[in-house]
Amino acid sequence: MTTTRRDFIRIGGTGFGAAAVGTGITTKWWGLDGDRVHDPGTEGDRVVPTFCELCFWKCGVLAHVKGERVTKIVGNPEHPLSRGRLCPRGTGGVGLLYDPDRLKKPLLRRSPKRGEQKFEEVSWKEALDFTASKMDDIRQKHGPETLALFSHGNGGSFFKTLMAAYGSSTISAPSYAQCRGPREVGFDLTFGSVLGSPEILDIENTRVLTLIGSHLGENMHNTQVQDMARMIGKGGELVVVDPRFSIAAGKARYWLPIKPGTDIALLLAWIKVILDEDLFDREYVAKYATGLDELRKHVEGKTPEWAFTETTIAPNVIVETARFIAGARPASLVHPGRHAVWYGDDTQRSRAIAILDALLGSWGRRGGIFVPSTLAVPKVHVPDYPAAKTANDKPGGKAYPFAYEILSDGLCNASIPASPSENPAVRGWLVYGSNLPMTLPQPKVVVEAAQHLDLLCAIDVLPAEITGFADVVLPECTYLERWEDLGPFGWREPFVALRQPVVPPMFDSKPGWWMAKELANRLGLGDFFPYEDAGKMVEERLKAGGHDPEKAKAKGVVLGKKVPVTTEDGLVLSFKTPSGKIELYSQRLAAAGADPLPNYTRPEEPPPGHFRLLFGRSPVHTFARTTNNRFLGTVTSENELWLAAKAAKEQGLENGEAVVLVNQDGVRSQPVRLKVTQRIRPDCVYTVHGFGHTSKGLRFARNRGMDDQRLITRVKIDPIAGTTGMSVNFVRIEKAEPADLVGAVGSIAPAGSVAAAAGAAAGSGHGGEA
Amino acid sequence: MSSVTGAKRQRRYAMTVDTRLCVGCKACVLACKAENAVPDGLCRDWVVEETRGEFPALSMEIRSERCNHCTEAPCVANCPTGASHVNEGGAVLVTHYKCSGCKACIAACPYEARFVHPDGYVDKCTFCLHRVKKGGQPACVSICPTATLTFGDANDPASAVSSQLASRRSKVLHPESGADPNLHFLL
Repeated sequence: MTTTRRDFIRIGGTGFGAAAVGTGITTKWWGLDGDRVHDPGTEGDRVVPTFCELCFWKCGVLAHVKGERVTKIVGNPEHPLSRGRLCPRGTGGVGLLYDPDRLKKPLLRRSPKRGEQKFEEVSWKEALDFTASKMDDIRQKHGPETLALFSHGNGGSFFKTLMAAYGSSTISAPSYAQCRGPREVGFDLTFGSVLGSPEILDIENTRVLTLIGSHLGENMHNTQVQDMARMIGKGGELVVVDPRFSIAAGKARYWLPIKPGTDIALLLAWIKVILDEDLFDREYVAKYATGLDELRKHVEGKTPEWAFTETTIAPNVIVETARFIAGARPASLVHPGRHAVWYGDDTQRSRAIAILDALLGSWGRRGGIFVPSTLAVPKVHVPDYPAAKTANDKPGGKAYPFAYEILSDGLCNASIPASPSENPAVRGWLVYGSNLPMTLPQPKVVVEAAQHLDLLCAIDVLPAEITGFADVVLPECTYLERWEDLGPFGWREPFVALRQPVVPPMFDSKPGWWMAKELANRLGLGDFFPYEDAGKMVEERLKAGGHDPEKAKAKGVVLGKKVPVTTEDGLVLSFKTPSGKIELYSQRLAAAGADPLPNYTRPEEPPPGHFRLLFGRSPVHTFARTTNNRFLGTVTSENELWLAAKAAKEQGLENGEAVVLVNQDGVRSQPVRLKVTQRIRPDCVYTVHGFGHTSKGLRFARNRGMDDQRLITRVKIDPIAGTTGMSVNFVRIEKAEPADLVGAVGSIAPAGSVAAAAGAAAGSGHGGEA
Repeated sequence: MSSVTGAKRQRRYAMTVDTRLCVGCKACVLACKAENAVPDGLCRDWVVEETRGEFPALSMEIRSERCNHCTEAPCVANCPTGASHVNEGGAVLVTHYKCSGCKACIAACPYEARFVHPDGYVDKCTFCLHRVKKGGQPACVSICPTATLTFGDANDPASAVSSQLASRRSKVLHPESGADPNLHFLL
């Protein structure tokens, strides 16, 4: 402050200037007063730590509050996942909190059919009484297991408790069958452990990181991208296998623009080169792994020349990259990926990656995959849960023996009667923060399933599409307005984090824990929520764990004592597979009649004039969850369709024009702006998932961009994990007709329309991208 | 072009942008918007992705860009009211109430870094001098998940920006303008 004053006097020239400012008479007299530095005044009167919900990485944040208003959200330096830094979405929490389209009151359906979006605002009492009585009916008439919960996010824990108390284990999250499932199954089969979220990857210390389709940087998982940047800063290198010149590819030593669907061929050829040239970690494999001889035999004939014909990657490049990757072991990591449901052979691809990682000796090694440590905090005492039953598609069931979670798409199918005389296995849905019509493939199945239910209760912050199909909509307050249970994590250092309210709930919205507790009370299950409020429960847990609740609330995080997480720190490796070893050859798969070693199957070719539809993520958005966020929309408010320049020329299409996609089953997309680029192979197209909302209530995101989900009319089910491969659809591209553009919002809106003006207003203030 | 170097030039604030680290996520853009309460639809910083070559022989450069806080700032030289001025550490600022919104500075700026704020004055990046004066870092620097951005005193040989500029290849944009910019891109 003294500097300010001194500078001020020097510019102002005299003591008179200072006095004049003090009296306020001549402050507008040009030149006589100083050029004070304007303070925008966004620093909070108080700063509350919590953790983010804009995606599911759960980074620690600090929310600045002035009066009752959250002015800005920054990273919490104490939190191991954010380390004081945030991705663009983290800052955008304010845009969710102050979204004018938020659900404000409980709603009851007042239309004969579900999906007509006709609701009446009702009291909480009426909404909860209705929900509880329907839940009771289902329990009495059909059994508790016929009630399903779809849940996404940390806040779902209270509804999981409710379900357990109610007697149903029919709980599912699309994050299994529509995302990470096959990766987890593939790694579990090989190493006896899943990778979880956040992934237990020591990328910070990796020397060569190989990405198979993972677009880190666009897939903006904060810590992982921080680690990748640290790795690059330390001289680490990237090998990127992707049909698209991704952001990561732009930083890579090697970019391998692979033909979509042929990754297993490349992985097998890499394994062969590494085995043939004796580049693998012999000692590690001898000590920890089984099945090397079978693996050697399996890759006979899987030469780089063979792989070239499948992948279009030149043999010498395959050999050179195999050597490069192996040269950095054990700090060489073939990234297991995250969204892994592509072509239906995804568990086997994940197995091939896991085998390669085993050959590199990267499990339990610095720069590879670490073995996480956790901080255990005692749970509150509740009565014994009743023996829970589940509807079909149960984990470990006959169809998919290695599925360890219930399939969300399976629950939809199970909600539709096989014949008019039969009862469906699932009668009611509680849907917590899962926008099923934009999450599951074949959204028409979701819509049909909804019509057969006895109860569809949606708990959400925003009027997402699923709420339009609900009988009852329970408006939850945002993560910035609620307590939740402690977020426990497995990480390099053990810790738990607190999600605590920053400001009181707006409107008539309520926290999820309150709704679950109120429903439990009505169903005679109140004993399972033995606390006044979730904040008290968290305090109790912390105290029971020997932690000071006040200190925890002030810091937002409780850190445990570091323990070894790699062999370099002194960790002793063990594997929870049946053999106690890394299973290169999988006895479990063999016993189940599946391929014990990964085999390559040639993917289907696009029909003439068609392209394979690939989708991915924007760093600014979390699928469809954030696209109504006007703050985030300032920088990215719609998606584009990427098409290779060569293909665009052949099709007579121009950069920036509006196009419509038509898939192999004749399904037409909303119009989308074409991005003609050198950055993609000519046999596929790419778009960012999560745009093209249709819910009337999402007034910003509605009709802005294109929803790729509706084009995913076909899936290839992974025979091992039961997960839905979704990159198996083909599209042709048509120029958008005027009729297609009616109602479109954003850059492709018809000139002069209200929508066009709205689109322009949402654009970046600056010219932006070249 | 007249010199705008003033008596206060002891520190020389500069920023480096490590193009090898930047993933173009725009966390910088949004953190700036929140910190500086930048109105809807406007940004003080932005990200440029430049791809060169033809498939598959491609290269890419990603740059987080903003006002270059030029040592010979054309905006200051061209400001008729004295609103655009050189503040502490050479940071170029606009004093809101002195600005008549004539846009001469916008025309003069080689970097298109300026825009008219809905309140009528010309606005742009301030290097978050309100934070820097309290010992903080610009909001974009603090938030950046990849630690792409470094801010500091280029006249202090011990600063991180100085050591980066001494040890790494770097470039500035539009060197031909003669504005002597202080936003450096590490290559």
